[in-house]
Amino acid sequence: MELAHGAGGRATAQLVRELFRAAWSNPVLDTEDDAALVDLPPGRVVFSTDGHVVSPLEFPGGDIGRLAVNGTVNDVAMLGARPLWLSVGLILEEGLPLAVLARVVASVAEAAREAGVAVATGDTKVVERGKGDGLFLTTTGLGVVPPGRTPPSGRSARPGDVLLLSGPVGDHGAAVLSVREGLAFDGPIRSDTRPLGGLVEAMYAAASPHVLRDPTRGGLATALNEIAHQSGVGLTVDEAQVAVRAPVAALAELLGLDPLYLANEGQLVAACAPADAPALLAAMRAHPDGREATAIGHVEAEPGVRLATRFGGRRPLRWLAADPLPRIC
Amino acid sequence: MRYTEGLRDPRAARALAEGLRRELDPRRRYRIMEFCGGHTHTLCRYGIPGMLPANVELVHGPGCPVCVLPISRVDQALQLAARPEVTLCTYGDMLRVPGREGRSLAAARAGGADVRVVYSPSDALALARARPERQVVFFAVGFETTTPPTAVVVRGAAAQGLGNFSVLCNHVLTPPAIDAVLDGDAGLDGIIGPGHVCTVVGTGPLVAIAGARRVPIVVAGFEPLDLLQAIGMLVAQIEAGRSDVENAYTRSVRPEGNPKAMATVDEVMEVRPRFALRGLGELPHAGLRIRPAWAAWDAERRFELVDELVADHPACICGSILRGAKRPSDCRVFGTACTPDTPLGACMVSSEGACAAWFEYGAPR
Repeated sequence: MELAHGAGGRATAQLVRELFRAAWSNPVLDTEDDAALVDLPPGRVVFSTDGHVVSPLEFPGGDIGRLAVNGTVNDVAMLGARPLWLSVGLILEEGLPLAVLARVVASVAEAAREAGVAVATGDTKVVERGKGDGLFLTTTGLGVVPPGRTPPSGRSARPGDVLLLSGPVGDHGAAVLSVREGLAFDGPIRSDTRPLGGLVEAMYAAASPHVLRDPTRGGLATALNEIAHQSGVGLTVDEAQVAVRAPVAALAELLGLDPLYLANEGQLVAACAPADAPALLAAMRAHPDGREATAIGHVEAEPGVRLATRFGGRRPLRWLAADPLPRIC
Repeated sequence: MRYTEGLRDPRAARALAEGLRRELDPRRRYRIMEFCGGHTHTLCRYGIPGMLPANVELVHGPGCPVCVLPISRVDQALQLAARPEVTLCTYGDMLRVPGREGRSLAAARAGGADVRVVYSPSDALALARARPERQVVFFAVGFETTTPPTAVVVRGAAAQGLGNFSVLCNHVLTPPAIDAVLDGDAGLDGIIGPGHVCTVVGTGPLVAIAGARRVPIVVAGFEPLDLLQAIGMLVAQIEAGRSDVENAYTRSVRPEGNPKAMATVDEVMEVRPRFALRGLGELPHAGLRIRPAWAAWDAERRFELVDELVADHPACICGSILRGAKRPSDCRVFGTACTPDTPLGACMVSSEGACAAWFEYGAPR
């Protein structure tokens, strides 16, 4: 990758045509206009943006391209919307091997296909060697909440609500950490990066959750604190119901980290009315991305997040303090 | 992992706590210090103080390497980090420890200093090999447990003829720290001995202390059942009027320790005549330095660092907490001005620090 590739001239045009458009082709992108013109189905529009700076760019179970697509479509899906369109902004560092860029571009295409979205527009810039770390990727996602659906919100948790979790926590953070630190455990740890739109739709077919949130940076503990703070309620979580895969638990133990604070890129936590919990849980378990879903706790009036430990005690579950793992997504 | 789960079994823990209740004398108080920060963390994380009879009182000890390092030594690391040619490597917790005027290595890094977190000193050595144009310094902290790996990298740097690697040695020794605590006003009836330290040095150094000071010591592992078992053994000793060293961590600790590790340390390092520990003050024979024969890899000599006394934050009572004289809740800035996000003292930084453990898991009981 050279500076000319981001200068807007012939080299840029060639890069765009041969790499990006070839991989992401669709009628909206192919117009070659400055912006995307799209038609949206009826419903309220949801959009969200997310910058990705993960190091290393490629890790077990994914890469920055897959992460950038899934991270954004999941944020859109957490408001009950069906993700439809993406914009992709790339900041490339001079000297980035073209082969790496090609792999990332291909994985954006693949992840977009899996998530049922298309790249509508994008931008590329190149910075001097040493001014970027290979590749930074920013995506914006656009989606629509189907008419008649009340968008869930972090502010909508009510005392008595049941908390549901889609599966084991900590896989993404542990996967990135394991390659960064060169640690290998009984079986590879793979990132859980995946689009959650399908799971969300399956849930809505059963009942309407009050809150949906994907516990990414800061892990489940931080997501729960966000919900408690936004809704002005408290939460109690049963540690025994929160699944952690054995190699993730082992890595966390070795490094003195708590899996509840490790990032996830393919899980969601929901709060719902107690009467809806059995149906929602059954719908989650019937979907491939929620097979290991569990009810992990409930919402209370008393503020704060509490953990009922496996050991039989209770302790506060706080916000993540200093970030033990920077550049995780 | 599977075997640690067994050592976290709540039913077995309740049975141990019940057994303890039957064994002790309800009319007296038992003050037991867990020396190790690792023990403090486990006790708070699992809520063990709350499971114990009310007259068994656990006192947090000074065995958190991040906590006992005086500000003057953090300042030396800051001086080094400020040099343009230096890449300073250290363990993660050290980054947030406040130095003079609250400055930390994390703040220095944000200001442009080249400060790296490593999980092992060998990572720092590898970095020195990969970056011959940089002066790579490993900021070494820790009790006897982490000392052998530091000695190994000094030897490795010498064997590889690496002129751009050195160690800022702040390794400290457990026995003088225990002695200093016993000299103070903690009023202890027994001590839970440091399991990992004894894995390296054996139980010999503790036998001398228990004998001379008439205090029972039980060496413990770091799982909840390990600690409950050790507390039970201590109460039994106190009741019998014994002051022996017993080993409740036989799956790791041998009486003779790890002679190979100790020989490596002895080859590379020597005991300093005096070394200051936060809270305990300047103590004889409490720290290690690099031997003159290995001076080429000693950052103190290479960079001619000065060791200036720097006062702790005026509101911080970390010193009294490390002596076992006060508890985190006695501190007027605990949880208010001083939190893990804005630590004023070192005990709020490391997960092994008493203040951080209380903040994270709630005050015991």
